[in-house]
Parts: sequence; C-alpha cells; structure tokens
Amino acid sequence: MSRSGAKRWLLLGIALAAVASYFAHSPELGLNRYYLGVTIDAGIAIILAVSLNLINGHTGQFSLGHAGFMAVGGYTAAKISLLVSPAGEAAWCFPLALLAGGLLAAVAGLLVGIPSLRLRGDYLAIVTLGFGEIIRVAVQNMDSVGAASGLKGIPKYTTLGWTFGLAAFTIYVITALVNSTYGRGFIAVHDDEVAAESMGIPTTRYKVTAFVIGAFFAGIAGGLYAHHKQFLSPTGFDFLKSIDIVVMVILGGMGRTAGVVAAAVILTLLPESLRAFAEYRMISYSLLIILLMMLRPQGLFAFSRKSGGAR
Amino acid sequence: MSAPLLQLEEATIQFGGLTAVSAFTTTVADNELVGLIGPNGAGKTTAFNLITGVYQPTSGSIRFAGQLTAGLKPSQLTRLGIARTFQNIRLFGSMSVFDNIRAATQLHRRHGILDALWRGRAYRTGEQDVENRVMELLEIFSLEKQRGELATSLPYGDQRRLEIVRALATKPRLLLLDEPAAGMNPTEKDDLMRLIRFVKDRYQIAVLLVEHDMKVVMGICQRIAVLEYGRKIAEGSPLEIQRHPKVIEAYLGAAVATEKEAPDA
Repeated sequence: MSRSGAKRWLLLGIALAAVASYFAHSPELGLNRYYLGVTIDAGIAIILAVSLNLINGHTGQFSLGHAGFMAVGGYTAAKISLLVSPAGEAAWCFPLALLAGGLLAAVAGLLVGIPSLRLRGDYLAIVTLGFGEIIRVAVQNMDSVGAASGLKGIPKYTTLGWTFGLAAFTIYVITALVNSTYGRGFIAVHDDEVAAESMGIPTTRYKVTAFVIGAFFAGIAGGLYAHHKQFLSPTGFDFLKSIDIVVMVILGGMGRTAGVVAAAVILTLLPESLRAFAEYRMISYSLLIILLMMLRPQGLFAFSRKSGGAR
Repeated sequence: MSAPLLQLEEATIQFGGLTAVSAFTTTVADNELVGLIGPNGAGKTTAFNLITGVYQPTSGSIRFAGQLTAGLKPSQLTRLGIARTFQNIRLFGSMSVFDNIRAATQLHRRHGILDALWRGRAYRTGEQDVENRVMELLEIFSLEKQRGELATSLPYGDQRRLEIVRALATKPRLLLLDEPAAGMNPTEKDDLMRLIRFVKDRYQIAVLLVEHDMKVVMGICQRIAVLEYGRKIAEGSPLEIQRHPKVIEAYLGAAVATEKEAPDA
C-alpha cells in the first residue's frame, strides 16, 4: 500500500459502505432481510479476523481469547444503549456505545496482556483461552446483563454502512500500522524475539500494544454484533467462537490481510450455504477445513512472498 | 585516557552449580577493536549475553559509558548504544533485506503509533529519513541490489554481512560480533576482516569480537582477552597472546606448550 494511497482507500471503503447501506436499506432496491443479515455477519467477521490477525498473524502471539474481548465490547455497548435509549429513540448514542465497548475491551486486553505476555506459545494460548471462559462465566452470573438467559431487546442500530465502514477502518488501521516503520516491530517480534529485542525493539511493549489494539476492534465488533442480533447470550461467546476466528486467520494465511478478509467472508457464508444439508452441515464444514489445512497448510490465500517493502 | 566505554568488573554468572563466567574483568575503550577468544565452552557467548543484558550477572558489575547496566533489558542497552550479531544468524526471516534494516531503525524513528495511522507530514518525513538511511547503509555495504530479496535467501556470507549492517542501523557505540567468520571460506574471511576494520574506522565505534579463527582475530584485533572455563587467563596484544604459555596450553595442551617453549628459551 503506497503511503498516499492508504488514506484514499480508507475513504473509498467508507464511501462504498455508505452507498451500499443506502441502497440496501431502501425498500425498492433492498436486499431481503436474510441476505442483509448474512452480509452484516460477514462484515463483523472481517473486523474480528483482521484484528486477531494483528495478534496471531503479524505479531505471532497465539491468542484464543478473542471471543472474550468481543463479549466485553458487546455487553458494554448493549448495556449503554439499553440505558440511554431502551426503545431505540436515541440513535446518536450508538457510536458512543461502540466506542465505549471497544475501549473497555482494550482495557481488558491490557489487563490480560501485561501478565500473560511473558508466556509463549502454548502457555499463552491456554491463558487467553482461560480468560475468554472467565468472561463468559462472569457474564453468565451477572443478573444486570441478563445472566444465562441473555440480554434481550437491544435496539437495532447496526446497519450495513456502520459495519463495512468500521471494517474498512479496521483494515486501514491494521495495514497502515504494520506497513510503517513502527509496525515493522510487530513483525520483528513474530520473526525472532531475541533478535528484535537486541535491535532495540521493546518486545513486551509491542506484544501488549498488539493485544490492546486487537482487543479494541474485537470490542467494536462485539458492539456491532449486539445491535445486529438484538440479543446477547453468554453461549455465543464460548471458546468455539474464538476458534472460529482463529481458523479465519490461519486459513487466510497468518499475516496476510487480504487473505484473512476473504477467509472471514467465506467462513461466514459457507455454513449458511450448507444449510441445505441441515444435519450434515457441521460435518461438511469441518471436513472442508481439514481438507484446506491438508492441501494449503500455508493458508488459502498465502501466495509466494512478494519482494520489496510491502507485505 | 577517559573512562572506558565498556567496563566489566569481576562479572560473574552462575547457572545452578556451574560458574559460566567467573570474575571477568576487562575494558573496551572508544573505537577500540578487542578480541575475545577461548576454547569451546569457555564462556565467550555467555560474556556477550551478560554485556547485552540477556543475562544478569550473579555478582560483579558492568558499566557502559559510565552507567551501570544491571537490570536493563537488551532493548534498553541497544538504546544506550550496544548492538550485536549472533553466532547462529538471526535475521528476520519473513522480511526483505531492506525491511530487516528498517526494523532496526525503530529506536531512532521520531514518529509514533498515531503518526503511523494519520500519515501526516511528520510521518512522511520521518519515514523518508528512515528509508534514506537504510538505502545509504545498503549502498555502503553493497547490498542495494538484493534489497528486495528475502533476507534468508541471501548467500551465507551476505547474511552475515547483513546482520552486521542491521546492527549498525541502531547507531551503536559498541558493536559485539559473535563468531562472524564461522562457516566462511578464506576469501570471505579476508573480506570480513576488511569489513570489520572499515566499520570501526568509518563509524568510529568500538568492536568486541568473539572468534575462533585465529587468523582473523590476530589480524585485526588491537587487544585480545582469553577465557578458559569462564576465567580470563590472559590479556594483551596479539603478539603477546600468541606467545603466552597459558594460552598455548589452553589451546594445544600442556605437553605441546612445554615442547614449544623449550627451543625458544
């Protein structure tokens, strides 16, 4: 991505999202509710996968807690919306609710990140997995957010425009970051932590930064999800959700933003298109993933490494 | 002469019952080229790891530019001006030659995370400065043609050279080279010796060199310290070291040492 082109792409993405949103929601040209819903699902998946890619792909830290951050953001945003405008009369609070959700998730990322990033590999994976479960169990026992029966009646604020505008923003932030001299630090940590440290890169700080930024966007995605489904339940944020996002990152080719975006879309649409096979759906989905992993272990979209600056 | 750039005072490190480096005292002055030699397992790389903050000394002290380095992390020491290469090359495997050096300019970039996102003027001029510096380094060390290639796809000798260039990108005052000649053929070794002298003279930095190849060490070092079983057994000019009975003993065994001493005496 060229330097001057980066911001232009962001604007283009947001403009497209706005136009798409207008047409999608206007009754005469609109998609039907089902397709609209699935498209928004895909947009949310893009935000989740691209943000996890910063942690797992670019920085090389294996996190299994993304659903936990998503839950923090989702419940925070939903609770704020319910308090401020229970009947959906104050749409202005939506961006603020999303932001608050993202920020709280980022704080959670910081709290989890600082102690656990001294761990590596499998250990880090287990700690983040544990964190995700703690969030889920905590929510399950909090009556103020509906406990096990879930949080109902969240106003429907999430539109195609919001979703893809924020997806474009997420992609921009992560790509711009990773392609800058600052961001080379993340990849250096991924490639060789010892060498990175002795090149003057404070590796712990970079890892925590990746966690905080990744968690922030997971929180935003959670907020969008809450105002899309209008219902949140703790079971929606179990560790299988985290695994889903990890699969998107792996399938897209760790560290390849374009591949990860494509994988997020495909893995959202695939289970939907397999609905026809009803009871065989999960089996065929798993088989497809196993096959892909066997045939393209480097990721579906990881082409030969390009030379030059861009990656 | 003013205080030395690097000063080890009785630096000791123990791993359990094993004393890997024992009461090691030495100095490196500004713009001096010092060699550190010794048989396998003598503690040379451990000494490097002490100086660069990978390990903390069990006792004794290390000063760099007058400052005690205890408790500082490797990245903080790099900030103070210590750079290093590794015995087994550790380049950033997924990056190009260009980006390997760019990543090492981190501590001198002036723009932060928000500039990288906003990409305003500060970012653009900062990034331009970094790129110019990287290109300059690539040209000086004639790696500019390979700048787009994956670092790990370079020939062995070039990878060693790139590691030295990457270390220089941190603008060090002291450069530690851990067996830079390992695995090189005689021609490459000659090139390396020229390169090390060139680096020292051009950037006016001090170099501490761990090396097994005696020709390289004797050829370029102004002073040599010898370690055996973690202890310093000798220190002096290359000529003194070559004749030092303890050094000969350590390298060739006691019997040979006495044999060789006899006709000279």
